[in-house]
Amino acid sequence: MTTLIKNATIVNFNETKKANILIDGETIADITTDEPKADTVIDANGKLVMPGLIDMHVHFRDPGLEYKDDINSGSESAVAGGVTTCLPMANTNPINDNAVITRDMIAKAKARGLIDLLPIGAITKSMGGNKVVEMGDMINAGAVAFSDDGLPVASSDVMRYALEYSKHFGSFVINHSQDCSLCRGGHMNEGRVSAILGIKGMPREQEEIMVSRDLLLAKLTGGHIHIAHVSSEWSLKLIKQARDEGINVTCEVTPHHFTYTEDELMNYDTNFKMSPPLRTKSDVKAVREAIADGLVDVIVTDHAPHHDDEKFIEFDKAPFGILGLQTLIPLTLNLVRDGLISYEKMVELTSTNAAKMLNLKDKGVIAKGMLADLVIVDPDIEYIYDKNLNKSKSSNSPLIGKTLKGAAVKTIKSGKVVFDFPNVVA
Amino acid sequence: MSYTKKDLITTSNLTKDEIYHFLNLAKEFKAVNNSDVKKAKSLYGKTTVNAFFENSTRTRTSFEIAAKRLGADAINFSSSQSSTKKGETLIDTINNIVAMKTDIVVVRHYSSGAAKFVAANTDAHVVNAGDGLNEHPSQALLDLFTILEHRGNLENLTVAIIGDIFHSRVARSNIYAMQTLGIKVKLFGPPMMLTGMEAFGCRICKTMQEALEDTDVIIMLRIQLERQDDEIAFPSVREYSNFFGLTRAKMKFAKDDVMILHPGPINRGVEINSDVADDPRYTHILNQVENGVAVRMAILHTLISNKQG
Ligand SMILES: [Zn+2]
Repeated sequence: MTTLIKNATIVNFNETKKANILIDGETIADITTDEPKADTVIDANGKLVMPGLIDMHVHFRDPGLEYKDDINSGSESAVAGGVTTCLPMANTNPINDNAVITRDMIAKAKARGLIDLLPIGAITKSMGGNKVVEMGDMINAGAVAFSDDGLPVASSDVMRYALEYSKHFGSFVINHSQDCSLCRGGHMNEGRVSAILGIKGMPREQEEIMVSRDLLLAKLTGGHIHIAHVSSEWSLKLIKQARDEGINVTCEVTPHHFTYTEDELMNYDTNFKMSPPLRTKSDVKAVREAIADGLVDVIVTDHAPHHDDEKFIEFDKAPFGILGLQTLIPLTLNLVRDGLISYEKMVELTSTNAAKMLNLKDKGVIAKGMLADLVIVDPDIEYIYDKNLNKSKSSNSPLIGKTLKGAAVKTIKSGKVVFDFPNVVA
Repeated sequence: MSYTKKDLITTSNLTKDEIYHFLNLAKEFKAVNNSDVKKAKSLYGKTTVNAFFENSTRTRTSFEIAAKRLGADAINFSSSQSSTKKGETLIDTINNIVAMKTDIVVVRHYSSGAAKFVAANTDAHVVNAGDGLNEHPSQALLDLFTILEHRGNLENLTVAIIGDIFHSRVARSNIYAMQTLGIKVKLFGPPMMLTGMEAFGCRICKTMQEALEDTDVIIMLRIQLERQDDEIAFPSVREYSNFFGLTRAKMKFAKDDVMILHPGPINRGVEINSDVADDPRYTHILNQVENGVAVRMAILHTLISNKQG
């Protein structure tokens, strides 16, 4: 079975070129200006073809909270957003803290066959913060990194051990950086808007303190620390300094943190309630500059589905988190439109760097011999992101009902078309 | 100009005219309250429900009397934080209340934004009787009414709000309404109770002296001695009283004709000493309570008039 994508504008991290892509089976057989015969021909004229996106931070709520999303609906949302590889966080129920659950998750994703699911294991048993999981076992089962996302590891000693141990296996630790002793029941960023709303806030220093600790522990151990969803100006300063000093640190940001400020919360809209919370203009500016400067390694969605009933409630009772997979491309394209990054840089941030970090040798680049994980992007298409387009079981996105620009119009996973805009998922 | 919105949730969007509408109307109702037959009829045949998700005997009673004086059937519904944990959501509860043909729902809730949330999701008129740390508009209006009544006007005033500003819905509603009227507002309290308060554009005082000097009205806020959450309260009541409480000794910085207001109930000897609280030269605390009924009558009357108009 062969497929030819013709008239493609191929965007790789280091170049953009016009060519035809010949796919044979699961892999890219050729990149050519010729027009070889193929069983199927896709005309990508006027569109961009990028390597399938890799989202290093999603929550699929499976096992245990499948009413929010499960691996199937998560996979469908992913490919509808141009994402072909997902790293789901471990805060499922039961928690993904052992090889059995890791294997089950991977098997379920394989059965649906839309994406590659690379689970992130918990750092500690039951995410209890005390005892480090059997990392070696879990890596053998397919886990790729470790995080107690949502429940930051409070003990410096446990975190040290996790960094040392994961390093031994060539893996890394992702920390949701939050010194919870400084949270004081906060529901949003502490500052001007929280003062006006009378909602208790979380100061950014709560993130920055934890970032500093983890950077120092990475210095101590030589382990690789990946800082999840960085949201504050000072966190970025600290990361930059650490990187300049040779500390093994990488970091990610989310589209909501480079798009919105805390001002969005003025109406107590629970769809803007997320953790870490939306912060100030200067933080958003810092995040955007860090993306442009190359300090940020990857853009991730932190796709966090919650049922309507859970968000249709008093602000302080609502859970943190919003959907992200299907708004990743339009919001990231805004960075290109704003002149902050190029298309090549967009590819690097949404695919190539993650592939490198995860040591996925056949992903992240469109080239002969690579896996045919591709997304055809129409950067100019305008549409309303409504409940028909939304593939998640949940609809907790502030962008539902809004007009978006740019989308994945066709997603190809291992040579197979798995999504066709607007609605068709294989 | 009268007030034409469906609900009264905040003082932040009230115009000067709208504020005076409520104050002038309250004056009329106060006259009714002081007459032999304390009854008006504008809410005759109407039902109001006080939906209180947080305890407050004073505010609830005040709204209840206000509704009854206007001829309404006033029903009290209370539900504590623990009973809402049984699974019914706030909106379900409100929809049940409204389904019983309720015209006005007076909401007191422990979550900031709850009244606005209720108002946006029901057809009934909603009055915010205090939502979390956010606002308490009827309290601000009754404070203003008490000041207006005593001084004859609200021109060229300086008001100091003292105490736990961050946790005070009374402070927020007063700040908005007072700023709209051109009243200067000063704030003072322990730093952990002033977090983020620069947001309101008020002068933040460094000392009690600064707060009291050249001030026409002092609003002392209630200190929550019973902290329910995990917050670190101030170090001690004794120290609070020394540095942030209103005592006879500190009154030497204040104007002779200064008015002292307090939303009640007072923690005697903490935010305010009895020798100040009970001094008839300064205190207007019982006037506030009396005026609260008239102001709430003005609010209920206005919302119902909107419906008919
Ligand atoms: Zn997180």
